Amino acid sequence: MTLTMFTLNAFYGLALAMNMFIIASGLNLIFGVLRVINFAHGMFYMFGAYIVFTVTKSWGAPFFVGVLASALALGVIALVIERLLLKHLYGREHLMQLLFTFAIVLLMSDAAKMIWGTDQYSVGYPPGLGGAVSLGFVVLPQYQLFLCIVGPLIAVALWFVVDRTRWGRVVRAATQDREMLAALGVNVPMVYAAVFTAGSALAGIGGALAAPRVALVPGMDATIINECFIIVIIGGLGNLWGSFLGALAFGFVVQFGTVWAPNWQDVLPYVLMLVVLIIRPWGLLGRPEVG
Amino acid sequence: MSTSGMAVMADRGADLAVEGIHTAYGLSQVLFGVSLDVRAGECIALIGRNGVGKTTTMRSIIGLTPPRSGRIVWKDRDIAHLGPHRICRLGIGFVPEDRRIFPELTVWENLDIARRTGADGRTTWREEQVFALFPDLAEIRDRRGGVLSGGQQQMLTIARTLMGNPELLLLDEPSEGLAPLIVEQLRQRVAELKATGLSIVLAEQNLQFVMSLADRVYILEKGEVRFTGTPADLQADKSIVQQFLTV
Ligand SMILES: Nc1ncnc2c1ncn2[C@@H]1O[C@H](COP(=O)(O)OP(=O)(O)OP(=O)(O)O)[C@@H](O)[C@H]1O
Ligand SMILES: [Mg+2]
Repeated sequence: MTLTMFTLNAFYGLALAMNMFIIASGLNLIFGVLRVINFAHGMFYMFGAYIVFTVTKSWGAPFFVGVLASALALGVIALVIERLLLKHLYGREHLMQLLFTFAIVLLMSDAAKMIWGTDQYSVGYPPGLGGAVSLGFVVLPQYQLFLCIVGPLIAVALWFVVDRTRWGRVVRAATQDREMLAALGVNVPMVYAAVFTAGSALAGIGGALAAPRVALVPGMDATIINECFIIVIIGGLGNLWGSFLGALAFGFVVQFGTVWAPNWQDVLPYVLMLVVLIIRPWGLLGRPEVG
Repeated sequence: MSTSGMAVMADRGADLAVEGIHTAYGLSQVLFGVSLDVRAGECIALIGRNGVGKTTTMRSIIGLTPPRSGRIVWKDRDIAHLGPHRICRLGIGFVPEDRRIFPELTVWENLDIARRTGADGRTTWREEQVFALFPDLAEIRDRRGGVLSGGQQQMLTIARTLMGNPELLLLDEPSEGLAPLIVEQLRQRVAELKATGLSIVLAEQNLQFVMSLADRVYILEKGEVRFTGTPADLQADKSIVQQFLTV
């Protein structure tokens, strides 16, 4: 492989990783705080992508208005789901929660077919990001470059909010002892609702940003949710930077896998997960569960 | 309400009446009609052997284990069915016996998340005041809660609740598991708190700790109040101690 090809593949791997990180970080945040494994997260991603399609193609609005609309729409959908239904399931067996979020998948999947049908759609690159940047020995597409900037920005923003703001401290406390937190005057159910909303909005943003690089088809949610689980497990459940590392590992393995071992492309992420789990059972940055 | 005689102190806030509460954990009932009251600025002690329901009484008041029946009246309002965060915001602070420090948060972060203007708008307790009361905490402000000693955790859990500027403090077995020297320091701190006019409900098994602090004492047995009186009453009648407290 030439340096040019290697750089280009590494770059595509990085862009994929950053897009996946945005989605997986939402799933991870929700799991870390609510201890709920949200199977519908992939569906939220798919809605994010479809909403960008509708907003840009049918309404003719700019791409970034579409991204914003996806974030808002998924935030609102998630908030309604949480306030009406999910909140009754905290502290119940995990099986109940799994069944519930799976029911949401089925419902939203039917809703998507009613709204958008089963045709395949595509969304073009936003104006100004459709070109390429030359580094001399290699030419990099602008949109992927954009993803490589947005991903770390979102990571740092999440880190800042969780680690450096009072709101983040409250969220972290909620993961440790929600009863004590309530006795200290914090409205814990509202914290949960906010986290579920924010995490789901990240799925919407991730789906919206993915729209120009993927085909919009029914079923695109299923692949993504599997991949998100792989990333979150590789990185360590509930750990932000773990998901970032997990996404990087995933992105590079998938990208170089398609080049070097195209027949193995689909199993490589699972192999990666197995290897990581054998070496570090709690993921790259995870820690053993206490209690 | 039964405290009209305290009209002079009423403007200082706390006024709690627990009226015949029955509280259960699932099927096992623990409190059988407990009643007590706390006047503004007063310190009452809940004493009794292990498992008689001291903690459950406090959990009922703060709303963590709401009573099945009976009333809890705080400043003329029945709070028995409000959530814990609402009750906290009305001016009642809970210091749990197992301390419940957030282990992954630093000392300062533990204090910060509890920061709140009091129900009556007061901001008596802010970082500086809390650190002045517990100077040791100021030195370890960046240490994680999970690595503190028992004494440090006890200071922190009280300090944290004070950050919410409560008018009534529910203090559950603060002396439990602490060395005698630390217990004495703690007793002095609680006395200082009482001197600021804070109302206190103090659950204890350590009689010494209670005697100098409490204005009145309630003895619980098997989820019922079996004796009410002043520390002097208790001192005068050794048979009570014999009957309800000696193991
Ligand atoms: N979460 C719970 N679930 C079921 N039973 C409980 C629970 N917590 C306490 N109990 C029971 O309720 C009774 C009263 O307990 P409580 O903690 O109120 O007593 P206590 O007076 O505070 O005792 P101690 O001095 O040991 O702290 C005990 O018999 C205890 O076993
Ligand atoms: Mg107790």
